[in-house]
Amino acid sequence: MKRLTKEDLLNAKKDELAEESKEWINVGYSTCGIAAGAQEVLDVLRDEIKKRNINIPIKTSGCVGKCYAEPLVEVCVDGMPRVFYGKVNKNVAIQIIDEHIGQKKLINDHIYESDTIAKKVVFVQDTDTGKKKRLRDFCSAFTDSLKKFDLEGKVEIVRVADSGVYNRGIVVRIFPDDFLYSGVSNDDIDRIIEDSIVGSKKIDSLICGLKSKQLRIVLRNCGIIDPEQIKDYIAHDGYRALAMVLEWDDPEKVIEEIRRGGLRGRGGAGFPTAVKWGFARNEKADQKYIICNADEGDPGAYMDRSFLEGDPHSVIEGMIIGGYVVGASKGYFYVRAEYPLAIERIHKAIKQARALGLLGENILGTSLNFDIEIRLGAGAFVCGEETALIASVEGERGYPRPRPPYPSVKGLWGKPTVINNVETLANVAILIYKGGDWFSKIGTETSKGTKVFSLTGKVKNSGLLEVPMGTTIEEIVSDIGGGLIDNKNIKAIQTGGPSGGVIPTELHNTPVGYESLQKLGSIMGSGGMIAMSEDDCMVDIAKFFLQFCVDESCGECAPCRLGGPQMLKILEKISEGKASLEDLDKLRQTSMVMQNASLCGLGQTAPNPVLSTLKYFEEEYKMHVIEKKCLAGKCKELVSYAISIKECARCGLCMRECPVDAITGSKKEGFVLDDEKCIRCGRCFEACKFGSVVRY
Amino acid sequence: MITEKSDQDVSVVHEIVGRCRDIEGNLIKILHQVQSHYGYVSEAAIKEVADLLDLPTAKIVEVLTFYNFFKLHPPAKHNVAVCMGTACYLKGGETVRENFNNALNIKDGETTSDGLFQVEAVRCVGCCGLAPTVSVDDKVYGAATKKDVEKIIAKYSNE
Repeated sequence: MKRLTKEDLLNAKKDELAEESKEWINVGYSTCGIAAGAQEVLDVLRDEIKKRNINIPIKTSGCVGKCYAEPLVEVCVDGMPRVFYGKVNKNVAIQIIDEHIGQKKLINDHIYESDTIAKKVVFVQDTDTGKKKRLRDFCSAFTDSLKKFDLEGKVEIVRVADSGVYNRGIVVRIFPDDFLYSGVSNDDIDRIIEDSIVGSKKIDSLICGLKSKQLRIVLRNCGIIDPEQIKDYIAHDGYRALAMVLEWDDPEKVIEEIRRGGLRGRGGAGFPTAVKWGFARNEKADQKYIICNADEGDPGAYMDRSFLEGDPHSVIEGMIIGGYVVGASKGYFYVRAEYPLAIERIHKAIKQARALGLLGENILGTSLNFDIEIRLGAGAFVCGEETALIASVEGERGYPRPRPPYPSVKGLWGKPTVINNVETLANVAILIYKGGDWFSKIGTETSKGTKVFSLTGKVKNSGLLEVPMGTTIEEIVSDIGGGLIDNKNIKAIQTGGPSGGVIPTELHNTPVGYESLQKLGSIMGSGGMIAMSEDDCMVDIAKFFLQFCVDESCGECAPCRLGGPQMLKILEKISEGKASLEDLDKLRQTSMVMQNASLCGLGQTAPNPVLSTLKYFEEEYKMHVIEKKCLAGKCKELVSYAISIKECARCGLCMRECPVDAITGSKKEGFVLDDEKCIRCGRCFEACKFGSVVRY
Repeated sequence: MITEKSDQDVSVVHEIVGRCRDIEGNLIKILHQVQSHYGYVSEAAIKEVADLLDLPTAKIVEVLTFYNFFKLHPPAKHNVAVCMGTACYLKGGETVRENFNNALNIKDGETTSDGLFQVEAVRCVGCCGLAPTVSVDDKVYGAATKKDVEKIIAKYSNE
């Protein structure tokens, strides 16, 4: 491979850097995609293409974010719109080859995203769940009406799996004009055909005003480019920011640009990146370092994994620019060992970047020297804390050190060190390329740009999303997440993982930002966002997170080492119905000590999940303490089960499920549950299809 | 807590240490490679690393036991890791764990008597979209139901 120079990147037109095929099939091939069966889909597609002698390249990419729809296949062929098919199995893969590519026909029930279509096509979806018959009736009525207008066979009706709109009745999207209607009933059909299909006229009363809340800036390449091909990244304006920076030949200008953009650390604390870089730049030292913190420890968050699997070069480019600005010639990727695919892709990316002269000596033909080494984490949450991380890179136990001195003054091996989170670094290149002014227009007054969240838990559309800062939690959960599974009521959203807190429903109109979430007693954190329903007990959630921090406490300082287990004991007492109201005060007191006296962020923030649940759900705590009840049914000691003879269908499933033979009886006489023997595992309750096992 | 197995061939440890000798802060890197080769870090390997790096054994054990990732016992043929990340926990990870433990008749961290399976609870594997998940060796599965668990065990029992 020929080494590139900065002029190559600055002057070249896109197509000179990489010839891109106009047609392709792209299989989402990230950890979640593979877990959902992407390998089988890939094999089938390759087989079928070969069998039929079709000349369309099949490529693989990272995660596009729609984890709920994996495995995903993007198809772009002549004469058809670019479409993302989701929940693709072997049969759908064959359909893609036969129908989509062969007969140029769209496939029902699997379209999750589509470009505008130039032909007369109608997309339909029932966005309320569990209404299959309603949609069937609607489609047949639509077909009948088309006959009436003599349009049979001239307009294609396609049932789609995801129209990007949720819980708004039947949704109809009409091409080629791309009108999106929601809440459509059978009575509207004739009008739609007459006005919008025949007449290309918009019907204002049906228009669905909802616009996509997502803005994909950092995730722009994820799921689109092949992360294992550096040319793909370069063809998408990759490494141009680096070339621009080298052309400016002025590190201060880079810092100024980032300051103007208002970029703040995406790891959670939100420290201004320009200031951090400035500190390290101003230090005089023979050696400086830049470290990418990819030790994504928050259980329930996987943004970093997706960046590294889907677009590793954007992070590398950010690191090179950072290295140039602060004067570091060496960078480290500190990655979780639990992310093997991400590690493999970074390895490949670094190798390819070296081959093209983007890493190593004389980068892009200039005097810049910078190289990157990968260091694996080994499963310690505390290593997300920057001083502990440094100790771990040095090959030691991940013990945090008191600050100051801050790493930017005295870090890795005592040298000035910048530690940036993956997402922060992924923001750098695009900020430079498009300019600080452009960047600062996105977001709120104090929180600029976008934020990537991994929305999981009880939400329908579990996945990765990117929204401008300032988007409300409600918009994220309802408009992107599609609300909760089984249309359950949302009880709270948890952000920031074990260091964060819960936010109750009444505050979901809060716009996301560093300060706004902090004000509520939570934090933005690295981007984990977990939806909880009325089936989730807040005491149990607090216990879960605190248990995590107790397990992960390194044991160095007393407040964290001793305070955590004490609080955990109290929470256990509460969930067993053995606590008194005084215990709630003790929780608050111990929290305060931990917050004020712990050495590092882990101990200082560990009480947050307890304090925030206590703040917003004190009644639920009191219910556990005073009435000895857990309404969500999670605290085993506080629930009892019984079989309601009246509703019992006498199937005997509960008896078969019971692991301790607490249920006895026969199909003739019915079944009874012995409360003394019952271990409250809830299996009978889950198993009963007739609702006759009751929990109280 | 450290498994006796002094007759282990440690020649690979020599190679690994040789390769990493000049790298700054190489201890964790070396231990990763030792575990990746042998499946765990044995007492013999610990002693060898200590000798070659001229470090006290205690120093190496200290690092090994600090991090969750390092194993001091030989692994089972198939390692079942039930995810206990937040999303999986909320969606019934606890039940998945119980289902595996009951089906295999072992507790967390134990190995079945035939040496085929070991079950452990792990932190988030980053597949929250498929929660609750379980990984067997390096492959991740969504395992929401008892049936899924039975299927997974059956699949690996015959391999």
